[in-house]
Amino acid sequence: MIETKELRFLYPAGENGEPVFALKGVNTAIEKGSFTVILGHNGSGKSTLAKTFNAVLLPAGGKVYVEGMDTLDEQMLLAIRQRVGMVFQNPDNQIVANVVEEDVAFAPENLGVPTEEIRRRVDDALRSVEMYEFVTHAPHLLSGGQKQRIAIAGVIAMEPACIVLDEATAMLDPVGRQEVLSAIHRLNREKGITVVLITHHMNEAEDADRVIVMDEGRVAMDGTPREVFARIDELRSMGLTAPDTVDLLDRLRQSGVDVPLDALTVEECADAILKALAGN
Amino acid sequence: MLKDITLGQYFPGNTVAHKLDPRTKILLVVLYIVALFSAKGVVTYAIIAACLALCVRVSNVGVKQLVRGLKPVLFIILFTGILNLFFTPGERYLVEWGVLRISDTGLRNAVFMVLRIMLLIMGTFLMTYTTSPISLTDGLERLLNGLKKLRVPVHELAMMMSIALRFIPTLIEETDKIMSAQKARGADFESGNLIQKAKALIPILVPLFISAFRRADELATAMECRCYHGGEGRTKLHVLKYERRDYVALTIGAVILIAVIVLARFGL
Repeated sequence: MIETKELRFLYPAGENGEPVFALKGVNTAIEKGSFTVILGHNGSGKSTLAKTFNAVLLPAGGKVYVEGMDTLDEQMLLAIRQRVGMVFQNPDNQIVANVVEEDVAFAPENLGVPTEEIRRRVDDALRSVEMYEFVTHAPHLLSGGQKQRIAIAGVIAMEPACIVLDEATAMLDPVGRQEVLSAIHRLNREKGITVVLITHHMNEAEDADRVIVMDEGRVAMDGTPREVFARIDELRSMGLTAPDTVDLLDRLRQSGVDVPLDALTVEECADAILKALAGN
Repeated sequence: MLKDITLGQYFPGNTVAHKLDPRTKILLVVLYIVALFSAKGVVTYAIIAACLALCVRVSNVGVKQLVRGLKPVLFIILFTGILNLFFTPGERYLVEWGVLRISDTGLRNAVFMVLRIMLLIMGTFLMTYTTSPISLTDGLERLLNGLKKLRVPVHELAMMMSIALRFIPTLIEETDKIMSAQKARGADFESGNLIQKAKALIPILVPLFISAFRRADELATAMECRCYHGGEGRTKLHVLKYERRDYVALTIGAVILIAVIVLARFGL
């Protein structure tokens, strides 16, 4: 779906006037239909990486291929952006119109989709994020989670193969975050849309197929959530924390209880502790 | 307090006045303004006022709301009224009071001028009260479509207008937040004279502008991500279509305009 080759990116001038390398040679590939979470602390390059996926940022070195299309090829720009949709952090700053349906229709309108088809796509997209009842509402009266779901619907209406969410849950309260997460998980499951979720909330990575940890502009870890979170000491050294469950198990281990580190959900965690206690 | 700002406020409804195509309404307002400026005498003004009254009635908009729209321009109305009243030379003077003299034409001009401004404002307000800002910009874009050949950036202007309208509530909310934040740190917006009050606004405006620029930047990126590439090849979710009622309304409007112009010729 998306492939990066020796991808480098630099921001023109940092605080002391020197260019800053945000990405220092990233080689990775996002598989079609997968749910990938990219983790990293602030300044690790995770957002920069995400923005190169649909040519918002262009590589300073190396290449990014979206379904075989080079993002440096200007002819392919619209095709790439139609394939890879992007949702940003602040829902207020990505909603264009003052009626929900008009906003969701924005992308298909830009693509020149015929009117009846736009109607169908708007209704489908809103249903898929469970916001259909708000079709004629004004977006600024909705909650953060609802607005962000509208933004997702606006991207879905392009019928992309992949959605990149660039810290899309960072500004939301826990309820809103849960709404957005369950909406994208459903899209991934039911429509087979590839999801790339950039976040610094470890708990959002639990259900992912794959976790990529970015550090200092490089891929530091790459694997299933279990594999990655079991390396809890490395995570801590990069300024990240593990999910609460793994954190608990790690502390138990340090105080001498023999529990495995790869229990991610609360149930698994409880089972692991029970087993360890029963063993004693 | 900022929530009370009415700027092209729209009262949703389901009357004929709401259902008319926005283009029809814009054209009718143009006809109305032309008629208003060709009106000369009591008869023509009466016809126009009657038309407005009828439209107000049909649109279900309260007279109170309409009159409230006059408040911000009250000063201008009074100013033109007084100027016309005292400084129009005429044949006969009704009152002479030193330099202040009221002539018969002065009185007439003053009354008609005040009436004209009031009718003008109420008529245009009626349009914005019954048309959502979005369909208004849509209508404008379609009406001015022909100007695209003259390289007038019609689509871009309409887009700018609708985005501006979209961000008014967001920015008002933000202003409220900034004001609260500044107040919490001891800023005083209420006391002092005009200059001091204006100066107190600077700590609000600076962060507001900075944030507006940041928003604009993010919005532009988000729009590009959704394949925005100007007006070329764009389709619409809601396509404007003239219905029978639009033709009827436009015909009636045109007939009244012609009648007013003809009557005005006779000085009525």
